Amino acid sequence: MDRRKFLQLSGTGLGISMLPLSGKLVAETKLTHSGMDIAVKKELADTALNTATKLGASYADVRIGRYLNQYVITREMKVNNVVNTESIGMGVRVLAKGTWGFAATNDMTSDGIARATAQAVATAKASSKSQQEPVQLAPVKGHGEVQWKTPIKKNALALPLAEKVDLLMAVNKSALDAGANFINSMLFLVNEQKYFASTDGSYIDQDVHRLWAPFTVTAIDKKSGGFRTRNGLSQPVGRGFEYLDGRAADKLQSQTVLYRDSYDMVEDAHLAAKQAQQKLTAKSVKPGKYDLVLDPSHLWLTIHESVGHPLELDRVLGYEANYAGTSFATIDKWRSGKFQYGSDKVNLVADKLQPGSLGAVGYDDEGVKTTNWDLVKDGVLVNYQAIRDQVHMLEQKQSHGCCYADSWSSVQFQRMANVSLLPGKETLSVDNMIKDVEKGIYIVGDGSFSIDQQRYNFQFGGQLFYEIENGKITGMLEDVAYQSNTQEFWNSCSQVCDQSDYRLGGSFFDGKGQPSQVSAVSHGSSTTRFDGVNVINTKRKLG
Amino acid sequence: MAILSRSEARRILDKTLKYSRAKEASAQLTGGETGNIRFARNSVSTSGVVNNTELMVEARFGKKSGIATINEFSDDALEKVMRRAEELAKLSPDNPEAMPLLGEQKYTSVNGFAKATATITPDERAKAAADSIAAAKKKKVTAAGYLEDARTFAAVANTKGLFGYHASTSANFTVTMRTENGLGSGWAQSDVTDFAAMHAGTTSQTAVNKAVESQKARALEPGKYTVILEPSAASGLLAFMMGNYSARSADEGRSFMSKKGGGNRIGEKLFDKRVHIYSDPADTNVPAQPWANSDFMPQQRTDWIENGVVKNLTRSRYWASQTKAKAIPEPNNLIMIGGDKSTAELIKSTRRGILVTRTWYIRMVDPQSLLLTGLTRDGTFYVENGQVKYPIKNFRFNESPIIMLNNLEELGRPERVGMWGFSAMIPALKVRDFTFSSLSDAV
Repeated sequence: MDRRKFLQLSGTGLGISMLPLSGKLVAETKLTHSGMDIAVKKELADTALNTATKLGASYADVRIGRYLNQYVITREMKVNNVVNTESIGMGVRVLAKGTWGFAATNDMTSDGIARATAQAVATAKASSKSQQEPVQLAPVKGHGEVQWKTPIKKNALALPLAEKVDLLMAVNKSALDAGANFINSMLFLVNEQKYFASTDGSYIDQDVHRLWAPFTVTAIDKKSGGFRTRNGLSQPVGRGFEYLDGRAADKLQSQTVLYRDSYDMVEDAHLAAKQAQQKLTAKSVKPGKYDLVLDPSHLWLTIHESVGHPLELDRVLGYEANYAGTSFATIDKWRSGKFQYGSDKVNLVADKLQPGSLGAVGYDDEGVKTTNWDLVKDGVLVNYQAIRDQVHMLEQKQSHGCCYADSWSSVQFQRMANVSLLPGKETLSVDNMIKDVEKGIYIVGDGSFSIDQQRYNFQFGGQLFYEIENGKITGMLEDVAYQSNTQEFWNSCSQVCDQSDYRLGGSFFDGKGQPSQVSAVSHGSSTTRFDGVNVINTKRKLG
Repeated sequence: MAILSRSEARRILDKTLKYSRAKEASAQLTGGETGNIRFARNSVSTSGVVNNTELMVEARFGKKSGIATINEFSDDALEKVMRRAEELAKLSPDNPEAMPLLGEQKYTSVNGFAKATATITPDERAKAAADSIAAAKKKKVTAAGYLEDARTFAAVANTKGLFGYHASTSANFTVTMRTENGLGSGWAQSDVTDFAAMHAGTTSQTAVNKAVESQKARALEPGKYTVILEPSAASGLLAFMMGNYSARSADEGRSFMSKKGGGNRIGEKLFDKRVHIYSDPADTNVPAQPWANSDFMPQQRTDWIENGVVKNLTRSRYWASQTKAKAIPEPNNLIMIGGDKSTAELIKSTRRGILVTRTWYIRMVDPQSLLLTGLTRDGTFYVENGQVKYPIKNFRFNESPIIMLNNLEELGRPERVGMWGFSAMIPALKVRDFTFSSLSDAV
């Protein structure tokens, strides 16, 4: 199913512009059974690996996948749609004559799998004729038979539908009672059951869970014809339904309530309704240079666009030139060992292990045990994100373990790891950070975002903007967007709050590649200050 | 299973609906074959073919609805998918906005199927990539491109006698050429129904020329400029406008089409009087499926803007029933009437201006004014006294398509472009006072 079809099903285009949906839709009762027996998966995987080897492949890997999704779509006191999907199949990737070949099938018989494997080998051999140089694969030691599971407490897919519908209805009622004119709320639940095997001797069974609960509240002033929205501050997570328990210990009091490892959706909807109405009459920002104090619920997206993407090695090398673009962070800059990506306060790490994050898995989609590594250390560019067939270009011996495919039917390729800004080493609270700002804006929540194809020039909006004057928050602002250049922006970073403020944000549907694939990735930070950033006023009048 | 004929599709749909125990049910069968080839760094990186046919079934019990899909077609599978849809419908709460299924419909006859696209071979795909790479190598530039071709069909039916069948083909090719010194980049595209009309080598040459000519760009001050937006560049902004062209959002007071004090702006002159945008599934340049995917409503010729006046907004059947107005589905294509001038002729009549090849990463900044932000990319040039003078650095723009279509100077000849999953005929637009807010170092 493509995006347009899904939008028609959901009846709204709200906040799901990159939503993928493929596979069969299934009834609720089908979502809880455990799927194929592991011994059967091993037998099928061995069929593929043996066939590939026999046909001349020097390496092969196979992914047997069962992908389950559930989406619940509501507006006001109505459930617009409930969509369940299931997709089962197998993808086999082979290296023959130094060239990759890939094929996928949902025919899960020995014959079907052998046929697909033969097709993959044939494709590799045919493509080898136009290959410029053979693929060089970083070595991986076989892991034997291993398992990994997202540490969830409540499997969201296994809960009765009524419980999820009740939650969203309570959320919507909370917003409407607080004066919202409209609310759209949704639940996206994902479970990837992936079995990976390779000729290196790995048999890896993984059960990955993700969840996202976004909403948008709208407040309208009919008289003036004006309207304002406020999106929910939940973050997509690699957690179970317990994320929606909204524990008191996970709440941080600021201009609004901010959330750490669990989320109170009903409370946030109430606050959003109040704030959307407040936005209707908030002061329009005076354009100019401001010191920005950026909450993690906002900063994750700036990290994603201005650090995560430009440090993907395939972009740097030109493989994405026709679509997502290339990167300003070229190899020569990295090689110099002196490229000042940011100020000395800036330490950015890639991490595939972080608990609760969207990118956390035990092993990536080419059987590499996951890890974490530095990208920018004390402001200097020190590494990229690369996979098995890329690391040799960096004169490195080990893959970083960030290979991913969004389905059994898609070929795996390099995707973004969780990329995060490390907290400041010295004790610093948000209040103390704001106290030192003379003329600034405190921004909460992500909004409009746009960046050029080499990741220099960007513009970001937000959900809530508060004016800071002489160390105090003086009121709400509207029509705010900031523009900067990646290197200039990160070099203007003057302070990072400490570990106690550290939180994760993330993207549930990050698109890349042709044909496009999605992936989910988290970005952590503490509240961070950037000095003298250019702020524009986005208000326009129509005739 | 490749493309099913009308009778084969009808047989499967009829059989599926016979299994229904619900009061009402509908079924949609879509499928076919898509092929692709991707290249970068002057070398093919991936190539593949995907065959799939999918059956989507909706079961209705009063206001309860359930949807399930499957890609197997045995009798057992057809019955299973219907049972799954029924099970989900029973579990779902009432949807107060559910409308009764449509009865028998008369759909416009559309010819959008070309033999050359239906019979495309892997060799032809490889040749398109090879032609593009050859054009690149000749001028010592680097090609990255993507060709995707499709032969597809769709058939719909329901328990109230509705039936429709439509087969179509399409091919879309895009290519980016970059100079080896990293200082020049050019882009071009081709979107066709008939693969015989696609010339990857010629399209690639346009991109090569733009790459070579765009080197050593100079920086102009951001500000308001007259721009010539080539059809692809213009389509990026127009797509956002048409994607938010809903009567319901307007009536609810949350759209640029909302009227102060309530209601919408249908009948108001919001644009320059030369602006005329419509949809028509039978258009020979951009033939399209003659029904809406959401509820199988027939697509008919619909004027969205005529003589600068808002004529129609999209309106679901539910919202039509609430507002006692006509239901109008979201379109499957878009046609903007243009003039006779080529882009070269638009340049000739320009005293000072900026030529934009492509717009990129466009996002909504403010839905009230439809203010968008985005960037120019892959070929931006300064024009003076009717001639392209020199390449310039890329700009970020902050502009609303509503304001843009008011500041119209001239319209060029429409060209077919791919736009958000469907095809459109869009002219190059010459527009005054287009707002560039900052410079970008990106090439």
